[in-house]
Amino acid sequence: MSIKRVKFTYEQAMIKEPIISMLSKDFDIVTNIRRADVREDMGWVVLEITGKEEEIQRSLDWVSTKGVRVDPISGDVVEG
Amino acid sequence: MSYIKCLYCRECGREYPVAPEHVCEFCFGPLEVGYDYDLISKVISRESIQKGPLSMWRYQDLLPVSKEDGIDMGTGFTPLIKAENLGKLFGLKNLYIKNDSTNPTFSFKDRVVSVATNKALEFGFETLACASTGNLAGAVSAHGAKAGLDTKVFFPADLEQGKILGAAIYGATLVAVNGTYDEVNRLCSELSDNHRWAFVNVNLRPFYSEGSKTLGYEVAEQLGWRAPDRCIVPAASGSLFTKIWKSLNELKDLGLIDSVNTRMDLAQPQGCSPIVEAFEQKTFHVKPIRPETIAKSLAIGNPADGFYALKTIADSKGNAVRVPEHEVAECIQLLAETEGIFTETAGGVVISSLRSLAKRGIISAEEVVVAFMTGNGLKTLEAIEHVADPVFTDPDYDSFQEALNSWNGRR
Repeated sequence: MSIKRVKFTYEQAMIKEPIISMLSKDFDIVTNIRRADVREDMGWVVLEITGKEEEIQRSLDWVSTKGVRVDPISGDVVEG
Repeated sequence: MSYIKCLYCRECGREYPVAPEHVCEFCFGPLEVGYDYDLISKVISRESIQKGPLSMWRYQDLLPVSKEDGIDMGTGFTPLIKAENLGKLFGLKNLYIKNDSTNPTFSFKDRVVSVATNKALEFGFETLACASTGNLAGAVSAHGAKAGLDTKVFFPADLEQGKILGAAIYGATLVAVNGTYDEVNRLCSELSDNHRWAFVNVNLRPFYSEGSKTLGYEVAEQLGWRAPDRCIVPAASGSLFTKIWKSLNELKDLGLIDSVNTRMDLAQPQGCSPIVEAFEQKTFHVKPIRPETIAKSLAIGNPADGFYALKTIADSKGNAVRVPEHEVAECIQLLAETEGIFTETAGGVVISSLRSLAKRGIISAEEVVVAFMTGNGLKTLEAIEHVADPVFTDPDYDSFQEALNSWNGRR
């Protein structure tokens, strides 16, 4: 089992989509939201995902295709 | 000795023991260093600081390392220069340039990396690491060499080779990652979770970022123990910006300066200005963007401290300024021609912001203004390639006179 901590950032168009609910339903993973702020024009969710490495990756790839930005929780690590 | 008390979460306030951790286990908020300020106030004074070395380590009581057996590469206590010529041009009577390009690897990153390296030694790490496309790579490699640590520097494989020479020379292991910028980010986040490496800006981030405070301490001391009225600071992750503000407030709380009425003005280039964008939208939500800017040292599209930088702007009644890309090189040149200081692209961003604020009357003539130059111009020569326009002449007197006249006619 692997654990991944990620941040999802949603554009306005995605706010109404039950992305995290669909993630848990369609993939063999467990999601655990730790912090979130979702407003009418944008939103972000910081969460922990537990599951098999490949399944987590598959779920994150799917989220990305839906137009949700997926980042490490520490922000950009590559600095100038 | 160090007066560090704990780490605490900037979001939920939960406290943690001092360890190489950067994220709160409960809310995943970023961790910050907590100090025993009561104890510090008993030992620190202007005199005790002035007796210290002429480097950033004169402020060691306010840094999270004990450093008894640590390394000191002579970082810090860089010049604060009154910019009479540039000030005159902008209508500012008290303009100062904090020139941090004189550090050992020619950028302010030596400050943060000095703290991180000493902390890595304290924690018993054997590997120092970072992911960088420039200044950070050089600073980490130099400090790793000095500290005798195995050093690994990660960067996107499509980066120009010249960019990493400043790291290669110190003998660091260079890892060219075949992937996009985002993929390098993800890989390095993962590596820091799974290897016992001191990733300076990931698992050592709470300590690393504290090194930036020394810029603020120095400015206050060099101004004769007072806070400036205004600081113009370039922003990538936003950490430097927030730490300068923190440092001034620490000095005030410890009674080392009387007050802090400083406005904190944040500068970003057009091609990477997510914090300015949020400021303009009057929100504390920073929307990540894909950077496309000439100011590579500021190219962070998903700034870790964006929210806190926006809070600092609000608390200090400051501003956020977006600078057109074409003004960056022009302003590098302007600073060089007026003050003899050759800064990198981030400095050009700061000078352009300063000009914009002065032109708009946001800065008044009497204000004590400090503009922060965070790196040396020799690091970003590609930005100013157009500047060289020599007088070409044959090696005889008449040819020279003719060539000079013709050159003058062209200008």
